[in-house]
Amino acid sequence: MATLAANADATGPAPSPPYLFKRHAAVTRVTHWINVVAISFLLGSGLNIFNAHPALYWGAYGADHDDGKRWLEIGAVDNAQGQARGITRVGPLAVDTTGVLGVATGSNGQPLAQGFPGWATFPTVRDLATARNWHFLFAWVLILNGLVYLVYGAVTRHLSRDLVPTRRELSLANIWHDIVLHARLRFPKGEDAKRYHILQKLAYGGTVFVLLPLMVATGLAMSPGIGATWSWLIDLLGGRQSARSIHFITAAAVVGFIVLHVLMVLLAGPYNELRSMITGKFRIDPEVTR
Amino acid sequence: MSILNRRNLLRGGALGGGVLLAGCDKLAQSESITKAVQSAEVATYRWQRLIGRDALAREFTKADLSPVFKANGSKDPDGEDYRRHVASGFANWRLRIDGLVERPAELSLADLRRLPLRTQITRHDCVEGWSAIGEWRGPQLGTILKTVGLKPNARFVVFHCADNYGGEISKGGAQSTGLYYESIDLIDAFHPQTIVALDMNGAPLSVAHGAPCRMRIERQLGYKHAKYVMRAEAVESFANMELGQGGYWEDRGYEWYAGI
Repeated sequence: MATLAANADATGPAPSPPYLFKRHAAVTRVTHWINVVAISFLLGSGLNIFNAHPALYWGAYGADHDDGKRWLEIGAVDNAQGQARGITRVGPLAVDTTGVLGVATGSNGQPLAQGFPGWATFPTVRDLATARNWHFLFAWVLILNGLVYLVYGAVTRHLSRDLVPTRRELSLANIWHDIVLHARLRFPKGEDAKRYHILQKLAYGGTVFVLLPLMVATGLAMSPGIGATWSWLIDLLGGRQSARSIHFITAAAVVGFIVLHVLMVLLAGPYNELRSMITGKFRIDPEVTR
Repeated sequence: MSILNRRNLLRGGALGGGVLLAGCDKLAQSESITKAVQSAEVATYRWQRLIGRDALAREFTKADLSPVFKANGSKDPDGEDYRRHVASGFANWRLRIDGLVERPAELSLADLRRLPLRTQITRHDCVEGWSAIGEWRGPQLGTILKTVGLKPNARFVVFHCADNYGGEISKGGAQSTGLYYESIDLIDAFHPQTIVALDMNGAPLSVAHGAPCRMRIERQLGYKHAKYVMRAEAVESFANMELGQGGYWEDRGYEWYAGI
């Protein structure tokens, strides 16, 4: 490690690899880890809140009797043998999801009717009041943290420089090329590793510019107070129950992003990747190796 | 590498996950952390009042009504007094308005119906997540409060209800009597859509929906819309009432400001 030159600046000719390159600014690193905590609690408490009424609808209203508006339901029914079965319905499709969704095994070993299982929720027991309190605390954290990051990113041009794809990058040929490289687990080396490529830009930019703002917008639209003040928001999203559905779908997309993101970090070299998000330093390796 | 085999990894992962979950639950059970977490409600309340103090909740048309409006919470209070009122069609029932008011009053259903009535078709959002649209009609609470005259130190209006919802144990601590009650600030008390609803969907309120009257606090969640209201009391503070949080569900951990 001592032989590595800790040259970080983009100006001047790059030193010969391997060397440590300053990849992430302090604001990016701090807001990233605050987001990790906030989103973890938001997802867990969100699933606990969902369990209070594990069904989703399209439109302005939706409750027990509105079968025509319901498109998703995680329920529990007793089968002919009197055993509790978890049934998940998506549109016309009904799937037995006992053990995971609808019916789980309770702490006493007996079947427990609940939407998402306790290990996925915060707190692990059904507690709507506590889950809501934590959800709305971390909603504030997510919003304020996101604003700090976005203002910083706009002022320093980090967003436009690093996350917004160029027209050329958006060509189908380039996207396909990057998909092929990812599929072969060939990650950029040398100077090329200093910038994000199109799939990274789409994943990070999509999360920063689309998914997280949509989480916040749909969350705000569900609040009866904000629904009165900003009624345009609820109209834009197609009604309060639609906003609730989109909130849930977008949260699933955020989970999808996290899974892919963590997987790519593990595949690309977890030590170097994690260090770059903690100390900011990313090791640039020689372009041609072995 | 020998201890890093698949089984040990899985076992370690399960153990680590278990410790993590238990740790999370510890956080949720801590009283001081709970207090700190709940302080976010103050930010939410102040921010919502700042950007939309006088905003009106969306009003819908008859075409938007829910075919079936779900009744939730108490649906048939079993108190003796209440049963008698139901049997007599609420003929002797009076809504008491007292507390920090200049001229306490007792209003019969006929008195209430003689006041200017407001009709509104609004969306009811339950804290559980579902919504239903219904049509409500009744006098504005503001009209009644102006008639009785609030004393200068009045800051909240508390609604005392006929239903005993029981002492559901949710936090393990001391429980209040279980009598339902609710409270709102004066901004909501004088909000034009805050009405003492006597009719729902064109008919007198059914017992399941809160006969003879329920509150409509349109910019907050369903549990604020107290049913079976017997008495409205103007107060300076609700700290000494029941468990001191300003409502049945509030005493059990839910937000007092349910605009979110």
